[in-house]
Amino acid sequence: MAHRKTLAGLVAATILAGSTGVSYAATEIQWWHAFSGRLAELLTEQVEKFNASQSDYVVVASHKGNYSETLNAGIAAFRAGEQPHILQVFEVGTATMMSAKGAIKPVFEVMEETGKPFDPETYLAAVKGYYTTTDGKMLSLPYNSSTPVLYVNRDALTKAGLDPDMDLSTWDKVNEAMDAVKASGSSCPLTTAWQSWVHLENLSAYHNVPFATKENGFAGLDTELSFNGPVQVKHIEAMGQWAKDGKFIYAGRRNEGGARFRAGECAFFTESSAGYAGVKAEADFAFDIRPLPYWAGTEGAPQNTIIGGASLWVMAGHKDEEYAGVAEFLNFLSSADIQASWHQNTGYLPITMAAYEQTKDAGFYKENPGTDIAILQMTGKAPTANSKGLRLGSFDQIRGIIDEELEAVWSGDKTAQAALDNAVARGNQLLRRFEQANR
Amino acid sequence: MQKRVVFNNRLLPYALLAPQILVTAVFFFWPAGQAIYQSAFIPDPFGLKSQFVGFGNFEFLFSDPYYLASFQTTAVFSAAVTLLSMGAALWLAVMADRIIKGSGAYRTLLIWPYAVAPAIAGVLWLFMFNPNVGLVAWYLNAIGYDWNHVLNDGEAMGLVVVASAWRQISYNFLFFLAGLQAIPRSVIEAAAIDGASFWKRFWTIVFPLLSPTTFFLLVVNIVYAFFETFGVIHTITGGGPQQATTILVYKVYADGFVGQDLGSSAAQSVVLLVVVGLLTVVQFRYVERKVHY
Repeated sequence: MAHRKTLAGLVAATILAGSTGVSYAATEIQWWHAFSGRLAELLTEQVEKFNASQSDYVVVASHKGNYSETLNAGIAAFRAGEQPHILQVFEVGTATMMSAKGAIKPVFEVMEETGKPFDPETYLAAVKGYYTTTDGKMLSLPYNSSTPVLYVNRDALTKAGLDPDMDLSTWDKVNEAMDAVKASGSSCPLTTAWQSWVHLENLSAYHNVPFATKENGFAGLDTELSFNGPVQVKHIEAMGQWAKDGKFIYAGRRNEGGARFRAGECAFFTESSAGYAGVKAEADFAFDIRPLPYWAGTEGAPQNTIIGGASLWVMAGHKDEEYAGVAEFLNFLSSADIQASWHQNTGYLPITMAAYEQTKDAGFYKENPGTDIAILQMTGKAPTANSKGLRLGSFDQIRGIIDEELEAVWSGDKTAQAALDNAVARGNQLLRRFEQANR
Repeated sequence: MQKRVVFNNRLLPYALLAPQILVTAVFFFWPAGQAIYQSAFIPDPFGLKSQFVGFGNFEFLFSDPYYLASFQTTAVFSAAVTLLSMGAALWLAVMADRIIKGSGAYRTLLIWPYAVAPAIAGVLWLFMFNPNVGLVAWYLNAIGYDWNHVLNDGEAMGLVVVASAWRQISYNFLFFLAGLQAIPRSVIEAAAIDGASFWKRFWTIVFPLLSPTTFFLLVVNIVYAFFETFGVIHTITGGGPQQATTILVYKVYADGFVGQDLGSSAAQSVVLLVVVGLLTVVQFRYVERKVHY
């Protein structure tokens, strides 16, 4: 009797196991990302939408810390053979990922092998250029891309007796406005986020001068830094003078300046277009988004600005059916609906033309003036060799060096020329080591 | 007189030592050997390929003026942290030893900060001194002092030293207090009857008798300043401004985990190994001689 009971139980258990097995047959796709807060919520929304839209694949998104930490987690995982399928890597890590030939699976290859429809031409040239080889093959999928713009506190300008709609297209005009703002008693006429990205990398592209030789590193690992030219020196010198005069207030290497601008302390703020959501949510003053200013009289200026942000890299070493899921998910992320709502919610650029058109047709730019500045600024002119982007090894560390040297200028310890010369010399050493490691 | 234990079984002493030796071998000799091996290569971050460079990593390091400056930074930082945390702790311990009422509460409060993790301690100090939002920075500004440790290297160094020492004071206090209470009252009372003042008694009797504790704490504090202050520096200054607070250990992290330059990072670990080895030899050969047990 007891024997028969056990048998019945076994049969029941087998049936149960069989049925649950069917519902969990979906292939799991691991995605490691660096987002937290509001951005993580929006990302989770995308993942949930994808998971609900089909039953073959389940995307599992995991937060792995900030950009540097996420990249490190991906590298460590690869060394242990535990890498995720998709890794979000910031633009600075692009050269590192590109050189890791056996560790990544280029996006164009994933799409080709799985036969998913994929047309690189639908992506914005200025965005995909950063992640595409010189012969036009897309290596990673642009995900969140932004470009620096000028945020203006209109109330501060009014208080200083200025017309808040005044022309602020050049640094000379911004400087005049800063003088007036300072005279009206402001403690912070100008502050910035991401100084190296805005005031050297984008400055160089925007004025069509090279940041590094060999097409900013696109054409070879034997590239050398060249951001100590006259245009960059002039700009950093001016900023140094503004810092001395109390017109430019340095708040920190990342986006520490944002807190001061959002609190209404600062009149001008150079920051990523993706800072829009935060400013809109917190600012209790009238604000405006303007294109990044340039120096009048520089030949070719304004060219176009370059992107910052991150792209999605597919890691090597997974099964074919998993890559099919990856391809489907990447296509889903690039679809116009997803991109348009991502763009409108975050201030990141839409990565495809279709998403831009859809946003425009929906009247979003009319209702939120200034949100299209970033995209116009990036797509206004066809990118040149100096404004496609940057592809430099050890770039996270080189940015650290640039930050240090710029800080020496802001504190008055060094002249702009000496600081930039030193940054170039120190950065070149790291580029040579990177070249050696990837020979 | 020496105590000796004689084992009848020849293998027993080895068996008893084995766990300790195993732990040391697995967690110390093996990684140290790996570091020495890897310091001769420049690998790529993903471990796909690696170039043999011999002593190339060391040549690169010692031709880097910022690396050489990091030695000085480390020396200044470690000396300042050790002096400050031990000095303050000794002073507090001497004071706490004298009070009779409420000493329990007083001592507990002094020991509390030790429970705070270094990174949290760093964030606490950062919130007080942050040039943008810090309370202390705001007050300093109000009385006319322009505090900005983001740009001023002296202020940055001062801040990381204070934040690092603050946490260690509790630990030192605990040991100093125990040391003080172990000193026989009769010796001190005899000196008091002879008319020696408090400070005279302190310098001629208490301080020399405390020297084993002081020596132990000196070793522990220098090791602490060298290796465990990482979290504080990482959260407060990130090694800046202009590497003014980049101590050797922080540079190992920055080059290895931010720069993905594992070859240089391994070479730096080897250098650090040698430095700490030398330091320990110096401490035990020269400083320990001055200790009265």
